[in-house]
Amino acid sequence: MTSKLASPGAPVTFNQETTHELELTVRGLNLWYGQKQALHGIDLDVYQNNITALIGPSGCGKSTFLRCLNRMNDLIPSARAEGEIMMEGKNVLSKQVDEVALRKKVGMVFQKPNPFPKSIYENVAYAPRMHDIVSKGKEQDELVEQSLRAAGLWDEVKDQLDQPGTSLSGGQQQRLCIARAIAVQPSVILMDEPTSALDPISTATIEELMHELKRDYTIVVVTHNMQQAARVADYTAFFHLGEVIEYNDTATMFSTPDKKKTEDYITGRYG
Amino acid sequence: MAQSLDDISRQLKKRHRRSAQMKWLSMSALIAAGVFLVLFLTDMLIKGLPAFQQGYIEVEIDYSERAAELPLAAVQADVRDLVSRGYLRLIPGRMAENESLLGTQRMEWVLADDEVDQYLKGRQTGLKDKQIAVIDRLAEQGRAELKFNTGFFTNGDSKLPEMAGLASAAIGSVLVLIVTLAFAFPVGVMTAVYLEEFAPDNRFTRFLEININNLAAIPSILFGLLGLAIFINFFGVPRSSALAGGLTLGLMTLPIIIITSRAALSAVPDSIRHAAFGVGATRWQAVRDHVLPLSMPGIFTGSIIGLAQALGETAPLIIIGMIAYIPDAPTSFTQAATVLPAQIFTWAGMPESSYVERTAAGILVLLTVLISLNATAVYLRKKFEHRW
Repeated sequence: MTSKLASPGAPVTFNQETTHELELTVRGLNLWYGQKQALHGIDLDVYQNNITALIGPSGCGKSTFLRCLNRMNDLIPSARAEGEIMMEGKNVLSKQVDEVALRKKVGMVFQKPNPFPKSIYENVAYAPRMHDIVSKGKEQDELVEQSLRAAGLWDEVKDQLDQPGTSLSGGQQQRLCIARAIAVQPSVILMDEPTSALDPISTATIEELMHELKRDYTIVVVTHNMQQAARVADYTAFFHLGEVIEYNDTATMFSTPDKKKTEDYITGRYG
Repeated sequence: MAQSLDDISRQLKKRHRRSAQMKWLSMSALIAAGVFLVLFLTDMLIKGLPAFQQGYIEVEIDYSERAAELPLAAVQADVRDLVSRGYLRLIPGRMAENESLLGTQRMEWVLADDEVDQYLKGRQTGLKDKQIAVIDRLAEQGRAELKFNTGFFTNGDSKLPEMAGLASAAIGSVLVLIVTLAFAFPVGVMTAVYLEEFAPDNRFTRFLEININNLAAIPSILFGLLGLAIFINFFGVPRSSALAGGLTLGLMTLPIIIITSRAALSAVPDSIRHAAFGVGATRWQAVRDHVLPLSMPGIFTGSIIGLAQALGETAPLIIIGMIAYIPDAPTSFTQAATVLPAQIFTWAGMPESSYVERTAAGILVLLTVLISLNATAVYLRKKFEHRW
């Protein structure tokens, strides 16, 4: 399990140099829902072309944190975030960064597969066309094929591209959503419990896919499933009550956790 | 101490009886409603169906030079007052159009006077014995009969009952509804889009919401006063016109369209919006490309129901003068027009029995249109409805 890890070996601490390039640097991130503070001073580095897993009990703020990274929390009127999430030298939380631009750069896959109730083709082609990445016709066809191939869905759907995306099975729908996310050529893909609504076989397919995708993308995944974190993630962050209790490379985290709380959670003593 | 099963059953008897009573009571309420509906429809059918037939008599028309001057001279004296004056009035015009008619005599089926029509339908009339004898003779010879009343659908209103039809009112209704739809649909849908998709949830928007919901319950005649004040007095829209009527009914239909459109928009699950935002769509792109198309069936259904209500509305139109006598169909939105329910209202005030049956027939036509509109709405909803 751990042999797959492309980790630098040394445990990750924030001041230590690693061989990995930083994709996102989060510093002192606080978030409030109205009066209630949901995130307390989060510091976290997300490394390029790695999978970072966020684990923790329900309500610990891991999904909230994930939604900060592409500012989906902006949609919740009562949510207010402070702090720094640096990407390409800019704080993505600041007004200077357009959240629409950010979401093109940081794609998202949701917990429940949510393909548009349109054709499979249109599900993938819609966003790139909207962003003027491709023009209609051959270029667009190619991008659709390329994205569906990258999501490992092409062979299953190539003869039914005009069928509604909602007619696919749950696992296929989720891969369609992944294809839709990578079609706009993002740098980061956020996945919010992407397999929690899927059966074990579809889950395994998605996990394999994540391994392939990290060659081209940085992935941050929220998961309830510790085995999944252990299987797919290079780095794991343990969230508890809106704080990061521990953040380390997955192998270290699961074999010799620093904190008692982490150990208790990982060994299933609570959570 | 625990009760025995028998004890419990004995006490239950009363409760079960009460339950059965309430069942019958509620069922009889339904039956009463059904009986009223059947009575109403039967009454309309009995009164209205005869109007779809009209009495015609076959008489000799003499296209003489005298008839061109004095149309009455075209028919013989004994049937002169049995033929519709409206028909005779057209003779000089027809002769001027077609000169070869001059000097010919031919037998023609012509529209009968309304009293003759009513007599043929077996009603009491004010006809004199001599006239009745003539009609009976014609009927015996097969020269007086009831035919399908095409005039009812092709003529405008007329002071001669046998000539009166609802064509101009129907065209007026169509023109009015076009204006209503063109005004209320875009404004209503965009208002709903703003409130549902863009507006922040604060006191002001909640205040707006309450007021829009209240608007839907305002007596329609008040919209007539509003239309009179705004469109006619302030903007100078011609009174009695389809434009004024359509805009006024548009005001009335707006809240219905807004409320149903909002319901349709909010029925689209947030996961669709999140999917769109997730790939970098702006608010408007998410609405235009995903949310609106998905809610269109609901919006159409609501709009059709709103239009159906507007079609049956009379009170606000009386205020803005659309109750006028309109014999000729309007050809533009600014001409004086009347609408189906207003036409029915006008006929309902007439004493002649021909108008009475036309009133009922007009109601039948209006009901048919309304039921088809509502059926279309139901069909649309069933066909395109999305289950999430």
